[in-house]
Amino acid sequence: MANFHTDALANSGNGTAHAKQEGAKSANTRGVAKIKAESVNVFYGENQAIKNVSVDIDERQVTAFIGPSGCGKSTFLRCINRMNDVIESCRIEGRILIDDNDIYAKGVDPVILRSHIGMVFQKPNPFPKSIYENVAYGPKIHGRTRNKSELDSVVEQSLRRAGLWDEVKDRLAQPGTGLSGGQQQRLCIARAIAVDPEVILMDEPCSALDPIATARVEELIDELRQNFTIVIVTHSMQQAARVSQKTAFFHLGHLVEEGPTDRIFTNPEDKRTQDYITGRFG
Amino acid sequence: MTDTTRPPASGWADEANRSNIGLKRRHARSRRLQGFGIGAIALAILMLGTLLWTMVSTGYSAFVQTHLSVEVTLSPEEIDAQSPGDANYRDIMQRAWLSSFDNVTEENEGDLLSMLSRGAELQLRNLVIDDPSLIGQTIQMEVPAADDLDQVEKGFVSRATPEEYRIVNDRQIEIFYELKQDGRVSTPFNTALFTEADSRFPELAGLKGALIGSFFALLVCFVLSFPIGIAAAIYLEEFAPKNRWTDLIEVNINNLAAVPSIVFGLLGLAVFIGFLGFPRSIPLVGGMVLALMTLPTIIISTRAALKAVPPSVREAALGVGASKLQTVLHHVLPLALPGIMTGTIIGMAQALGETAPLLLIGMNAFITAAPDSMMSPSTALPTQIYIWADSPERGFTARTSAAIMVLLGFMIIMNGIAIYLRKRLETRW
Repeated sequence: MANFHTDALANSGNGTAHAKQEGAKSANTRGVAKIKAESVNVFYGENQAIKNVSVDIDERQVTAFIGPSGCGKSTFLRCINRMNDVIESCRIEGRILIDDNDIYAKGVDPVILRSHIGMVFQKPNPFPKSIYENVAYGPKIHGRTRNKSELDSVVEQSLRRAGLWDEVKDRLAQPGTGLSGGQQQRLCIARAIAVDPEVILMDEPCSALDPIATARVEELIDELRQNFTIVIVTHSMQQAARVSQKTAFFHLGHLVEEGPTDRIFTNPEDKRTQDYITGRFG
Repeated sequence: MTDTTRPPASGWADEANRSNIGLKRRHARSRRLQGFGIGAIALAILMLGTLLWTMVSTGYSAFVQTHLSVEVTLSPEEIDAQSPGDANYRDIMQRAWLSSFDNVTEENEGDLLSMLSRGAELQLRNLVIDDPSLIGQTIQMEVPAADDLDQVEKGFVSRATPEEYRIVNDRQIEIFYELKQDGRVSTPFNTALFTEADSRFPELAGLKGALIGSFFALLVCFVLSFPIGIAAAIYLEEFAPKNRWTDLIEVNINNLAAVPSIVFGLLGLAVFIGFLGFPRSIPLVGGMVLALMTLPTIIISTRAALKAVPPSVREAALGVGASKLQTVLHHVLPLALPGIMTGTIIGMAQALGETAPLLLIGMNAFITAAPDSMMSPSTALPTQIYIWADSPERGFTARTSAAIMVLLGFMIIMNGIAIYLRKRLETRW
C-alpha cells in the first residue's frame, strides 16, 4: 500500500475510502510484518550505536522496545522514520523495509516518509500555537484537505481519536502549551494521527507524565492499535507488558531477544533479558 | 581534652561554635567581594551621573532662544505682491529695527544692527511668501537675537570681563537691558533646533538636516542588513554543513563584529565612492557603510536566537513531515523573532551613533539644507555633533550638548522598543 517515492503521494488518497479499505483489511493483515529491518547498523561518527539488528514489526500491533539507557532503542526507532538524517555524523547501513519498500533507497523523500510514519516524543512538544493549529498543521502542509470545513472535521476526528476532543472542544483557539502534560501528549498524538499515518513511533511517550495521565495514554495506545502499527520505546517494563503484543529487548546496541510479550516476560530465553526484566541491572 | 570532647549529638552546632576552621575568613572573603561589586556599581553610577549632569547643564540653554520683537511695516511699494521673494528684506528688517530706537546715529547703528540675527530677514521673507496678504500691513514679529546677545540673556557673558575681550560691548548690553524692561525680549522654546538645518550662525542652526540624514541612512542600513543578516544566519545555523569552511566563515563573522568602524568607512570610501562612483556625503552611501558594520551584529544575534529555540520544536515539525524550510519558516523563525528584533534594534542604535565611517565618506560636510532624498548630501546626528563641537562660537557649545541629548533620546527610545518587543513577543513555555 505505502509507497514513499515522491511521485506516489497521490496514492495516500482520500480519507473515507482509506478507512473502508482498512476496515475490510484489518482482520487478515494483522500479524503480517509491516516493517522489516535487515541487519541494520548505525554509527555516530566512529561509535556504533546499533549492531546488526534485524527485526520484524507486525501490522496493527503494538511492539515495545525495552532495554537499559543507551542501549540504542531510541536510535533504532528514529531510523524507522529517518529522523536520524538530521544528525550529520549519523550513518546507517542495512535495509529497513516498510511494505517491502526500502525507506533508505535512493529517491525516497524523508519528508513524504514522515507523513506516513508519525512520531510522538518523550517530552510533550506541542507547537506554541493554538490547539487547532497544532492538529491542523500536518494536513495543511501536505495539502490533505481542500477547504476549511474539511480541515475542521479532520481536526475534530483526530482529537476524538486521541480522546481529547471533549476536553478541548471549547478552547481550540487557546495555546496548546497551556494544556496539562498528559493532555499535551495526547495533543501530540492527535497531531501525529491527523496526517493519517500507517505507523506511529512513540519514544517513551509517558516518561514525563504522572500515573493517571500515563494510564490514559496507555488506554489510547490500545485503541489506536485497531488502525495503526505502533512501535513504542519504554523504560517501564510494566508498561511494555500492559500495552504491547510483541517486545524486543535491546542491550548495548544488540537486539538480544524479541518475541510475544507474554513469553518475553514469563519465559525469556536469554540470560540478559531475564536479568533485565527481573531488575538485576538496568 | 577537657570539655571540648562533648557527645556528638549536635554535631553541626558544635562545629559552628568552633572558631578555628576558617569560617570567619570565608565570610570575610565573600563580604569583601560584595563590597567590591557595590563599589564598582557606585562608581559607574557616579560616572553616568557626571556625564548626564555636564551634558544637561551645558545643553539645556540651547532649548530656548532669545527673541526680540520688531514692528515691521510691509509697504506695497517695497514688496511686489506678484513676486514677493524679490524684495530687499534685509533693508526692510534693518530699517524696521532701527526705527524702534530714538537716538540712532552713524556710530551706534552698527551696534544695533548686530543685535539682530541674520535669520530675522529670512523669517520675514518666508512669512510674506507664505501669506502675501500681509503686504500693506504693519505686523509684530518675534525674531531671533544674535547669538552674542543670546549668551548675554543666558548669563554666559559677564560684565566684569573687560570690554575688549567681549564681542558684545557695554552699549549693546545696556540697550539689551532697556529692551528687556520694555518687554521686547522673550525666550521661547528653540524650535529652530529641530526645524532648521545647519547654519554658520548658532541661533539659526538646527538638527533637521542631521535628523533626516540619519533617518535615511538608518533606513538604508535596515533594508540592507536585516534581510541579508537573517538569511545568512538561517543558512549558517540551519542548513550549512558543519565543516572547516563554515567554521572559517563563523570565525570571520565574529571578527568582523570587532573590526574598528573606521575601517568600514575606508572600505565604503574605496568601493562605493571610489569604485562605484556614488557621490560623497549622501545618506545612501552612509547607510550602506553602516549596513556593512551592522551585518555581523545581526547575524550573530540571529544565530543566537535560532540556537535558543528548543530542538523539540524542530523535531515536532519534522515528525509530522514538514520540510526543513517549512520547519524553519513556520516554527523556528517565529520563536526566534523576539531575539532577532532585539539584536537588530541594538545594531541599529549602534549604527545611529556611529561617527567614524561617516566622516570618511564626507557626511561631516557643512550643509545648510536638509536633504530631500537619499541622494542629496547631508549630515547625520553624530557627525553634526562633531561639526558643532568643532565650532568656536559660544552658542554651539550648548547646541552640541543639546544634540547629544537628542541622540541619546533616540537611543533610549530604540532600546525601549527593543525591550518592549522582547516582552511582548516572548513565548512562554
